[in-house]
Amino acid sequence: MSDSSDLLRLAVALDGVGWHPAAWREPDARPLDLFTPKYWVEQVQQAERGLLDFVTIEDALRLQSDDPLQPDERADRVRGRLDATLIAARVAPVTSHIGLVPTATVNHTEPFHLSKAIATIDYASTGRAGVRVQLDARADTNAHFGRREIPPLRREDYANIQAGIETPELQQWLRDAFDEAADYVEVLRRLWDSWEDDAEIRDVATGRFIDRDKLHYIEFQGRWFSVKGPSITPRPPQGQPIVTALGHATVPYQLIARSTDVGFVTPHDAVQAAAIVSEIRAEQRAAARADETVHVFGDIVVFLDDSREAAVARKQRLDERAGAEYGSDALIFTGTPAELADLLLDWQAAGLSGFRLRPAAVPHDLAQITDGLVPELQRRGAFRTAYEATTLRGLLGLPHPANRYATTAAAA
Amino acid sequence: MSTPLKQVHLAAGFPGVNNTTVWSEPAAGSQIAFDSFRHVAQTAERGKFDFFFLAEGLRLREQGGKIYDLDIVGRPDTFTVLAALAAVTERIGLAGTINSTFNEPYELARQFASLDWLSDGRAAWNVVTSWDAFTGENFRRGGYLPQDQRYARAKAFLQTAGELWDSWRGDEILADKASGQFLATPTPGAFAHADAQFDIRGQFNVPRSPQGRPVVLQAGESDEGREFAASSADVIFSQYSQYDEARAFYTDVKNRLARYGRSRDDLLILPATGFVLGDTDAEAAELAREVRLAQVSPATTIKFLEQLWNTDLSDHDPDGPLPAFDPVVSDVDGLIARGNAGARRFAKDRIGLANQWRAKAAAENLTSRELIIEVTARNIFVGSPATVADQIDRFVQQDASDGFIIGAHVVPAGLDPFVDKVIPLLQERGVYRTEYAGTTLRDHLGLTPLAAPATHTSTRISA
Repeated sequence: MSDSSDLLRLAVALDGVGWHPAAWREPDARPLDLFTPKYWVEQVQQAERGLLDFVTIEDALRLQSDDPLQPDERADRVRGRLDATLIAARVAPVTSHIGLVPTATVNHTEPFHLSKAIATIDYASTGRAGVRVQLDARADTNAHFGRREIPPLRREDYANIQAGIETPELQQWLRDAFDEAADYVEVLRRLWDSWEDDAEIRDVATGRFIDRDKLHYIEFQGRWFSVKGPSITPRPPQGQPIVTALGHATVPYQLIARSTDVGFVTPHDAVQAAAIVSEIRAEQRAAARADETVHVFGDIVVFLDDSREAAVARKQRLDERAGAEYGSDALIFTGTPAELADLLLDWQAAGLSGFRLRPAAVPHDLAQITDGLVPELQRRGAFRTAYEATTLRGLLGLPHPANRYATTAAAA
Repeated sequence: MSTPLKQVHLAAGFPGVNNTTVWSEPAAGSQIAFDSFRHVAQTAERGKFDFFFLAEGLRLREQGGKIYDLDIVGRPDTFTVLAALAAVTERIGLAGTINSTFNEPYELARQFASLDWLSDGRAAWNVVTSWDAFTGENFRRGGYLPQDQRYARAKAFLQTAGELWDSWRGDEILADKASGQFLATPTPGAFAHADAQFDIRGQFNVPRSPQGRPVVLQAGESDEGREFAASSADVIFSQYSQYDEARAFYTDVKNRLARYGRSRDDLLILPATGFVLGDTDAEAAELAREVRLAQVSPATTIKFLEQLWNTDLSDHDPDGPLPAFDPVVSDVDGLIARGNAGARRFAKDRIGLANQWRAKAAAENLTSRELIIEVTARNIFVGSPATVADQIDRFVQQDASDGFIIGAHVVPAGLDPFVDKVIPLLQERGVYRTEYAGTTLRDHLGLTPLAAPATHTSTRISA
């Protein structure tokens, strides 16, 4: 049996009834249940039966759209969604080991609110909360808030990104957007530390409920916002809930390296995986975080069946129903759970520590992950056979973090 | 009497960050562990309460430039703790206080719509409007709002959120697998709103929730606030728990409803209160005295005095007479207590109030602490279960309220004896439900279901 640190880590990305746009039309799909709590509880409980490290839950402050820049007015796709943070909170008391990582859009929301929301999920789940920070640069999202003139991404910018052309203007735009995201994460983290773990003293003799010297103003002042602190919510059970982000290029990799615990990346082969990991490690060194664990997870869309032919045929059938071949930022895998296990172990050898699988169709591909892929990996000694920890940090091999504000008090 | 008995409506306030929650008792548990919230919500549900209620404070209170440390400190995020409670309760409403200054309509509307979905129709919003730059320091947009714009902001916010909730009728999702038509309209949730406060447009992304929108609570104290509540609230979370003033408030607000085309049953008035139970009335009175001593310690006495005198009184003897000098009058920036709504009530007439207190202390020969215990007391129910049930019923039958939002003074088990001993007596009187009749909070409150808004103007796609 391998040491647990050698084991592969596995997350699943929940989004509607699956990532393929025609997934909702599958006979076993339950699109009408998408807005019920029961649906989400069942998905996460199934992932937990598969001993997965965590689920992420997609979200956005706008309606889904196939067009990357504006609403598409399509009536043949799943549209509408519930707030992912609240889904995670709703699921927390009825699960026991799996991590819960909702997506949050950081350029329109308040870091003070999100910090205490994730802390509260951490309390409700006794230490299983995380968050995926996401930028939304669209003009339609800006118009939902009407408060900020974030320069939206233009169509030519988007075309340049797709073509790998980074003009100086685009570079600056990306840097600004991701610098703001980094500031946002910094505020989340400072607020989580703004109460020391032993700040609550309940000292009846002096009448003091807290030792206020162990509460800290975070005094964050940045280019986009300032936040005073402390949080109104005491330090959550994990100390620091998990912060994650998805990235496809150097600037987002810098955010992953300097701010997160888990980065999601989209290599299409083992060579690319190794190159991305090495780029992130270099950025970690540049950010003076070389000695901290930053997991790099590969994102893969999965069509899993008992034979490769069946998986390919299913994808083809779904593509026909959708009226277009499905494209993704991530590799689209079609094959058997055993073939996927081969690929995951190959990419793990290239430096990835885990994977975030995006099931193409739910329930089919989620069940293939928990009932097909997981047993296959277990047979190979590559995946846990029981949960070895009760917190998400524990599952990810991260220690209970020191509080950045505690040193002065300890020295006093 | 031939008129049917009015039914009593009860809600449970979580005993949190305030000067009435006693944390020094051995029975006092965590103010932040989820189990405490679960306990209170499940106890209230066992007692068939209409809803569980959470207050809010978005900056830790300060006094004299330091974080206030004598009361419970620390609370959860409102939306997420309510969503988590939806998983461990089945019927009870889940009401959260959410500030309209430090939130934006699109985000707040989707949070409440999501909470309503995730609780199967049990969400409620207590709309408050803060205005202080002190709290605003925790938020990217700051927070200062001039006094005269507070209701304008709250009204515009509620109006805008309502438009977002009504932007989906509830019949848009077809999910017809055979035809491939998921939506009945290509532009669900379309909205556009422009006024002095908000200028937003686009598409809301949460389909119409089970209740249509959350139940709306407001405080409705000032004349403007009462009018606002009469026009748009479902429940008033009232501060009037003394019988005469409660009855006057009740009559005044109910009489305002007709001009908005609303009936007297369309708005419930629930004063906030507490209770102390004993086997006998005498025992309860003795216990209540002990609770007051725990709530107003010598150190707390000094803090209360500072809130009125508006200056440092750390050297004052709490067991001696009141300060002989007059309070310091200052503008908002010079206040010694910050982020403390309770302390603001002293600001109106400091010198007049100090003179009143001194006169009372002199007439009744009270020390500073004894005086503070008296003048900061809330009207709560004190007595045997039979006495408390009788008083609650009288209040409701005589139109001083429709019920109460009850806060125990100990977390998390303080509510248990009320549910075990008082609720059965109310049920025996025929004034309190023995089972929930409906599933949504609107059902529990006796509010009629909301009709879906008028048909979309957008083109429907033929199947």
